Amino acid sequence: MPVVMDADRIQRSLTRIAHEIVERNSAIDEIAIVGIRERGVPLARRLAKRLHEITGHQVPTGALDITLYRDDLMRHAVGPQPVVRSTDILFNIDDRLILLVDDVLYTGRTIRAALDALIDFGRPKAIQLAVLIDRGHRELPIKADYVGKNVPTSRRESVQVRLEEVDGHDDVLIQTAGE
Amino acid sequence: MTMSSSRPRESDAVAEVVVRADVPMTRLKQKHLLGIADLSPEEIVLILDTATAMQEIAHRPIKKVPTLRGRTVVNLFFEPSTRTRTSFEVAEKRLSADTLNVAIATSSVVKGETLVDTALNLEAMSPDMIVMRHASSGACHLLSRICKSKIINAGDGMHEHPTQALLDAFTIRSHKGRLGGLKVAIVGDLLHSRVLRSNVLLLTKLGADVWLCGPPTLVPPGIERLGVTVTSNVETAVADADVIMMLRIQLERMQGAFFPSLREYFQVFGMTEERVRLARPDAIIMHPGPMNRGVEIASEVADGASSVILEQVANGVAVRMAVLYLLAGGVEHETAA
Repeated sequence: MPVVMDADRIQRSLTRIAHEIVERNSAIDEIAIVGIRERGVPLARRLAKRLHEITGHQVPTGALDITLYRDDLMRHAVGPQPVVRSTDILFNIDDRLILLVDDVLYTGRTIRAALDALIDFGRPKAIQLAVLIDRGHRELPIKADYVGKNVPTSRRESVQVRLEEVDGHDDVLIQTAGE
Repeated sequence: MTMSSSRPRESDAVAEVVVRADVPMTRLKQKHLLGIADLSPEEIVLILDTATAMQEIAHRPIKKVPTLRGRTVVNLFFEPSTRTRTSFEVAEKRLSADTLNVAIATSSVVKGETLVDTALNLEAMSPDMIVMRHASSGACHLLSRICKSKIINAGDGMHEHPTQALLDAFTIRSHKGRLGGLKVAIVGDLLHSRVLRSNVLLLTKLGADVWLCGPPTLVPPGIERLGVTVTSNVETAVADADVIMMLRIQLERMQGAFFPSLREYFQVFGMTEERVRLARPDAIIMHPGPMNRGVEIASEVADGASSVILEQVANGVAVRMAVLYLLAGGVEHETAA
């Protein structure tokens, strides 16, 4: 099973993204970071930590669960259903620049759901998207502002991001269906 | 190793939201929620965990998520109810379902239509779910056999009231962090209470030590077989209890004299501050409502610092949202029926 990114590569990508964020946004005090559950949340925290190291600014960080906004929830009468987790956004998002963070960008449907969810919390000044992996195959007109690594894949493959906080170690793997 | 789609279906021609490997998937086994008796401990915990996530929605500026958009839920209440009916309605609206309230006083039931005919007529308008309360035990089971809609029992006669027990368990868990090993004293009219039956089933399934107390005339015969301890001494029941749950004296269901007077009932079984002091210092006081102040509970206790009665009402919305969400999704496995 091919390893696309190892721990060191993930760390360096996040550091680079943090610098890009600072470069692109002059008003660092307007930024708040929202991670999409599950693995967008630790990535959001890591980015917040780096932004703090670079700018000295504490960036508020939240967690968003998009389950209740999915477009495929009620499509099947039989089969498993995702568990709803908690959303924790303890700051006002009005007029802030929200940096949305997820591990893998694929069809774009998760991001569509996350945008809808965020709008229910207020009216941010702008929303930017940061992902660790962009694997292509978009089904919606959605594009990431910051990408850790572009990984061309086939639809039969699945990309698995593993993070220290959730899985005990950092790496990114590509799996082929049936493997 | 988990694959991105844990249960591939051949009919899935269209790629949908990627089923993420890191999100556990699970569902209730049954299509309906008729009673706690049908739920496994794991399903109960799933409902409580889902309710925990739903709680946050009540604190948002826009208290609404689009999950049940385009779904129709009929609230069919054959018995008076304030809390349960409004709680279901709020839960349905927060999930964006279209709700239809059928008030029986203004419906054809007063013209002599039977339950089955009423249900079949409502069903002809193809609702997705029917939330029903009825004075007859088993009415929801009857409906579940003839209707295509999913049925949620909002209280059937003296049988079960599953969402009440779930919200009670949710409230206890949010204060104590667990249900297993807790001493729960349930005091009051045990005979006529569907809340009691659902609570006993749920609490024993999750390992609580359940004590029941009430006048011997109001204790259902054989209730000990459900794994509870029965006493007619209220002091014994509440001693070192973690949770005290009071039940209403249901005068409307009583035919005959079960105890000499309400005044005497209060003296022997009423929850007073002195009796509460016998419980653990951090004990919580619960009541499913509506309360009869001065009959089963003293006002000082109902309004006291240990009372979580209004919290129960708030939690009811989150728990019902969880039930609606979990049932709306479907069942885990196709059954023959």
